[in-house]
Parts: sequence; C-alpha cells; structure tokens
Amino acid sequence: MGLRVENLRVYYRTLSGYVRALEGATFAVSDGEIMGLAGESGCGKTTLGHSLIYLKPPMTYMEGRVLLDGQEVPIWDMKRMSEFRFRRISLIPQYAMNALNPTRKIGRMIADLLAAHGVDFREILPELKRRLDLVQLSHEVLNMYPIELSGGMRQRVVMVISTLLNPALLIADEITSALDVSTQRAVCEMIVEFRNRGFVRSTIFITHDMSILYQIADTIMVMYAGQLVEKAPTEVILRSPHHPYTRMLIASLPRVGVRHRQERLQGIPGAPPRLLDPLPGCRFRDRCPVAFARCAEVPPFVEIEPGHFVACWQEI
Amino acid sequence: MRAKIRHEFLYFALRNAKLRIGLSILLLFAAAALVGPMFARYDPNAYVGPPAHPPSPEYWFGTTTFGQDVYSQFAHGLRSTLVVGLIGGGIGTMLGVLIGLVAGYRGGLLDEILNMFTNIVLILPTLAILIIIAAYLTVRGILVESIFIGCTAWPWAARAIRAQTFSLRVREFVDLARMSGRSPLKIMLTEIAPNMMSYLFMTFILQFGGAILNAATLDFIGLGPTQGMSLGLMMNNAVLWAALQLGMWWWLIPPGAAITAIVGALYVMNVGLDEVFNPKLREL
Amino acid sequence: MLSLEKVTKIYRTGALGMRKLTAVFEVSFEIGDKEIVALIGESGSGKSTIGKMILRLIPPTSGTIRFEGIDIFLLKGQAVKDYYRKVQGVFQDPFASYNPIFKADRIFTMIREEFFPGISRSQWEHKVEEALRAVGLNPPDVLGKYPHQLSGGQLQRFLIARALLLDIRLLVADEIISMLDASTRVDVLNLLADLRDRGLSILFITHDLSLGHYISDRSIVLYKGRIVEMGPTERVYARPLHPYTEMLMASIPRLDQKWPGQHTRIERTTSYGSSGCVYYSRCPIAQEICARRAPELVEVEAGHHVACLMRS
Repeated sequence: MGLRVENLRVYYRTLSGYVRALEGATFAVSDGEIMGLAGESGCGKTTLGHSLIYLKPPMTYMEGRVLLDGQEVPIWDMKRMSEFRFRRISLIPQYAMNALNPTRKIGRMIADLLAAHGVDFREILPELKRRLDLVQLSHEVLNMYPIELSGGMRQRVVMVISTLLNPALLIADEITSALDVSTQRAVCEMIVEFRNRGFVRSTIFITHDMSILYQIADTIMVMYAGQLVEKAPTEVILRSPHHPYTRMLIASLPRVGVRHRQERLQGIPGAPPRLLDPLPGCRFRDRCPVAFARCAEVPPFVEIEPGHFVACWQEI
Repeated sequence: MRAKIRHEFLYFALRNAKLRIGLSILLLFAAAALVGPMFARYDPNAYVGPPAHPPSPEYWFGTTTFGQDVYSQFAHGLRSTLVVGLIGGGIGTMLGVLIGLVAGYRGGLLDEILNMFTNIVLILPTLAILIIIAAYLTVRGILVESIFIGCTAWPWAARAIRAQTFSLRVREFVDLARMSGRSPLKIMLTEIAPNMMSYLFMTFILQFGGAILNAATLDFIGLGPTQGMSLGLMMNNAVLWAALQLGMWWWLIPPGAAITAIVGALYVMNVGLDEVFNPKLREL
Repeated sequence: MLSLEKVTKIYRTGALGMRKLTAVFEVSFEIGDKEIVALIGESGSGKSTIGKMILRLIPPTSGTIRFEGIDIFLLKGQAVKDYYRKVQGVFQDPFASYNPIFKADRIFTMIREEFFPGISRSQWEHKVEEALRAVGLNPPDVLGKYPHQLSGGQLQRFLIARALLLDIRLLVADEIISMLDASTRVDVLNLLADLRDRGLSILFITHDLSLGHYISDRSIVLYKGRIVEMGPTERVYARPLHPYTEMLMASIPRLDQKWPGQHTRIERTTSYGSSGCVYYSRCPIAQEICARRAPELVEVEAGHHVACLMRS
C-alpha cells in the first residue's frame, strides 16, 4: 500500500505573509520503495519530509491528504499525530547525531523514548542488540554517553533507534551531508539493508546530492521552488530526464572523468524565485529555455509512462 | 533593508508587553526626576516645617522627624539616584566592553593578564572595598560615588563580552577584515561590537540597575554622599530615626517603592529585550 | 611562487593545554604560476588549517611558508598589506563571510579604505563594476543590497570580485563550492578556471573529489594532517597509489557507476603509535613494518609522489 500524498499544501506563516514552501504535492511511495527526494536548498524538500511527521508552527497546513496504508494520517493535528510518530512514521533529522542528550546514557535514552510510546524496553532489548550487531556496534554503546562515540557511530545509533519499531515510513533528511565519504557510504548501505530486512517499508531519502541517490534510490523525485517537477525510476530520470529543470540540473553535475579543460559544464542561469510571492504557474518558467505562454498556468504532475511523472506543459 | 530590520525590531519591541511596561515605568520616573524638583518648594535638607507631619496639601509627602519636606527630598533624591545609575552603569559598561573586547579579540598572553585582573576584581569583596574607600573620603559627592560603583561593577560584563568576542572572532567576516588589512582596533569597533549591540544594550541595562542598587546599599548603611540627597540616603535616615516604629510610613515608603520599581522595571525590560533580540523567543 | 616547507600546526587543547592535537604535520608543497592545485581531504584532515596559515590568519607551530621567496610570517606593517594585495582567500560559508548587519558592498568599501585611499569615487565605482562583470554579475542587480537578499552563489562571486580589485596572484578557495546549489556551483568552478587562464594561481581546498578532478591541474591528498599522495590530477585519479586515495575513489558516489563490491571496513585496534604510518589502522594492505615506520613522500613517477611503504 505504502504512502499516498494528495494535493498537499504547506506554507510558512511569516510577518510578511505566507511563504509558499510546498504547493499541491501529489505522489505515492510504494512498499519497499526508497524514494530519493532531491532539489536545491529552499525547494521544499525538507518541508515536505517534515510535514509528514511533525508539522510545527510557523509551518501551516493549508490543504491536502496523506494516506499511509490506506489510513488517513492527520498531519494537521499535533496530538493525534503522536500515535503515528516513531511507531509508524519515523524521521532522522539532519543533525540528529549531534542532538542526542549528552547527559543520558544511550540505553537509558532509548528506554525513555520507548516508554513514552508505551513499549517495554526489556521486551525489545534482544531485537535492539541484534540490530546493533547488524550495524557493527558493540552492545557496550548502551552504557555509553553520546560523547564517547564518534560521529559515524552516533549516526548509526540514531538510525537503529529511529527504525526500532519497524515504521512503515522512514524519512531521512540530509543524513549524509555532514559525513566523510567513507562513512557516507556505510550509512547509505545501512538504509538499503534496513529496507531489505523489512525494518522499514517505505523510505524517503532527502538529499541535495544526486550521485548518492543514484547509488541507493529506487526512484527519484525532484522538486523546484515548492513544486514537484519530476518523479521516475532512478535510471530513467538520470538517463532520460524529461523536465527541462531536471535535464539542466543533471547536465551541470561534475562527475569524475569530466575535466574543465576538455568539457565545460553549464549551470542554470538565474536564481530560484522568492516563495513569498512566486510567479503564478510553473515556477521554473523564468529560467526555462523552452517556456511558452501556457506555462503561466500550473502544469499538472502527469504520468507520461508507467512510473514516470512530469510537471511540464511541453510533455503533455 | 536596514529600515526593514529596524522596523521589524520596533514591531517586536512595541508588541512586547514586558518591554512596554518596563519602559513606561522607567520613563515615568525619568520624567518625575526631570520635572519633580521644579515643584519642590523647599531645600531638601532645610528644616522647613512641623516635625513628623503626615502628608498634607502643604507638605505633599509629609515631613521628617526634623521637619524636612519629604517631597523635596524625594524629587531631588530620585534625580541623583538616576544620575548614579547612568554614570555608574555607563562606566561599568564601558570598562567591561573595552576589557572584554580586547581580551577576547587579542587572546593569548594579553587575555591571560586581563582575565586574571578581571577575576581579581570579581572576587574582591566589592562592598567591603567601597565601605573602606567611602570611609576614608570625608567629602563625598554623587559623582564620586558613581565612579566607585562603575569601577567595581565591570568584571562580569567583561567576562560575558569576552566570551561573545571569542565566538565572533573566529567568524569568517572577521578573517575577511583581517585580510583587508584592517587594524585590530578597527575590527573590534566596526566588525565585532556592532554584532553585539543587543548584548551591549542589555549589559548597560543590568549595570544601570546594579549601580542604583549598589548606591542605595551604600547610602543605606550611611556611606552615601555627604552632600546632596538620594533615595538610599532617605531610607537610611528614615530607618535611623525609627520612622517605621513611629508609624511615619510616608518617610520610608516613597524611596523604597521607587528603588524597587526602577530596578524591577529595568530587569523586566531586560527579559523583554531578550525576547525581542532572540528570534527564538519571539511570540508570533 | 608559494612554497610550504615542513609546515606543522599543533593545537594545544584541554586543561592547561596539556593535550596536543596535530592538525598539520610537516607538510611541504609548492604552488606554481597559473595553476590550480586541489587540496583534498576529509573533515579534520588539516586542509582548512593549511589555507588559513597561507592567509596568515593563524601562525604555524614550525616550518616556513614563503611567498616569492620571503617568509610570510616575518612580514611587518606595510609589507603585510602588500602580501594581501597579492594573496587573498574566499571561504566556505558565503553568508558567514559577511557581517550580517551591513550591506554586502561593505567588503569593497573596506578594500577601498585600506588599499586605495586616494582613488576618486567615479574611478572606484568603475573598478568595482568591472570586477563584478568579470565574475559574471550585473552590478545594478547586486549593489546596495544586504547579504540575505543575495543568493549564496552571488555572495561567493562577490567575494571573488573583492579579491580581483587587488592585484592578486594567488587565491585560496576554501570549500567555496560546498554550500552552493548544484545549478550554480559549476558556474563558480568555471569562473575559477577562467581566472587561472588569466594568470591567477588557485589553491582549491575541497572534500569533493569530482569537483577537484573537474578543475585542478595538480592534486594533493591529505590524511590526518599529512600528505599521503600528490601529483598531476590525471595521474592521481587514473592511478591512485595510496590505499587511502584508492578508498576515497571507491567511496565517492558517482553518477555513472554504482559503488563497487561490498564495502570493506578494516579497523585495527593497535594504534600506530608515534612512529608508524597514520593510515595503518584502516589500511587493507598494511604490513607489520607499517606500524613501526612512517613512510616518506617518495616520487614514484614524474611529479607523482606517494607516502606508502608498500607502494613506493
């Protein structure tokens, strides 16, 4: 069944008005799917990820529905969401590894967290130990303080904790961006491993780094300025992107093997719009080389071939 | 955009109830200190009326055991108390900022020395020193008192500002200024200090309140100015001549209430300012 | 043009400075005219410390840094200014490089006040506009604004334009791309390459191997403050010699190739002590001797150096 999001609109309330951070998102993530969510800073990818679990002010729910395994998720209701959080939807935030309470031993912290969600720590301890083995952490860490662990180890601890209750949906927000390449790879491989072992069913992996998504994601969804741009299986979107933004973005990425002296890459001219009062219609149109009159209307996110969605009037 | 930042600041500042209340009380007293003495009909220390007279149309706040006019004392005392706060707090802030900035920015040996100096002044029993110094000076005015207070109150401000400077010093815009060939003094004054404006402002407010309180303490134990009048001195005299026991509430309450209100207002303002400057504490 | 000779930086930490942290150890290399040298390393490798030492922002514990033959830490007064006229830096976080309460152009004003006090207003404006155009910015769009009104890419170009106002010969670019978005970072990279073609040398400090490969002529790989490998970029990437470089090459996520095989993580518990190779505890090909002897940087082929007993 997986996750279904229908026409989700989330704004930020500010002094100068609403920041239109997420505009009418409709998409699905199926069971066992690792969906990469990519885009530049401020494109709304983090807003989308966080709104599915913890929609806190000044984030404001405007409209839309979220369904998990066919059941409505009341994301606008902080209280009712608490039964979903951690148990069924879990989030690893960007700086989680630095956010562990420094005065608590890790085991103690896990016990408290579980108690808050009505789970008995002793009951789950054998499973916890199995999972620590799996990520090559000694059971000793339960008796250690966060400061005694390296950044990579802490990241692994956070990943084990957040998937302990086998959530149906895991949201990983830029969890690799502060890590060294070798640790980065280990963390990514854990995400795949957790999915393969059924610890989590669907995963949304938020990152700005497309090359990481190529390594682990089944599908990639690209956002731009609060709008969904394109979603397709990883190979498809990287080899034959349809939306002009995706195309230009992928063409601008330096890859090992390309050198400036031989091949000069091109960026995308212009800058993303301010989301306080963005252009109506397609928000990429002022930077788009193929924009035409129709782009003043919001393009629908349509399926042009099975599993390949694009929001561009040129493709319809 | 500068205007917008200011505008935003003002918006939050004016919406903040704590700041509004604190500022109103302070302004009220400032106005009273400014115009109050003009309505005082008598010299604050002159014996002008019947002794121990309760408030009346002739003597608004009553008179003391000796027949001095309490209103005149209060009006002049309020003025000098605020002056002590301003000068004492100002000196304390200036010394604290200067020493904190230099120690934090230069670091190394100079920091060690300044830090040692700061710690020494910090652990000195301030009140005892003030008592000794005050006892040796036979003629003491309000100005001298303010300078004493300012010169002993700076250490904690210096420490706080040193810590702030430490964190700002390693910021990249400071590196950029150094690579532009700017002199250290200029960097401290034009790069680091402006980024601590809110901090400096709050330091001043706290020093201001602290100076008033210190002065009141000194006056109260009889080491205040030998000339002139202050709220602390009034309280000292009132207690000395057993105003409370004799039921002369009008002698004791005005100075006591005023000091409490001013210092209280300053601290409330400080909390309010903290909320205004710190976006995380702002209520939308 | 610029040479580092056995430059070491040791930080003292902990109570009373009892614990020593070696950030950079006996690093020697040179930067020639008109070349882009990539300084590659993970966090904590000492790459930024080296950049800051070259910019005279922190002094080395030992060793010398010479610019055109003169020790830069012996410079005094006016000579320091002359040094900054020729050597400038741009840092990682474009927003942190600006004092948030002032307009962004203040970084230009500062240059004018310190280096060109006599210049007329119109001449200066002309010079600024020229520098802004050289970095691909349209002056009316960006002048007179506050840092938060400009994008990261614009701010980074602003900083490069600031350096261009001086007669710079060497630009230290410390992770200047990492905070930029994909669609704008390649333009800043191209700009650096154009500057090189106009005669500038650039020390390009990065943790991103694909960026380093795209732009640099020579690459230096750092591990725990030591140079483990150094050579022409093509050679280092095509034929990495040090096992650490090999591991880096295998771990970078690529767009055209999935990660090869299973990730092998080796952690030897025996520490290398002070005498052995720094990579010993993680090295897949280490022998017993590596725990005892520290490798020297050895030239294996023309210009290609490696510090590994097994590979030299």
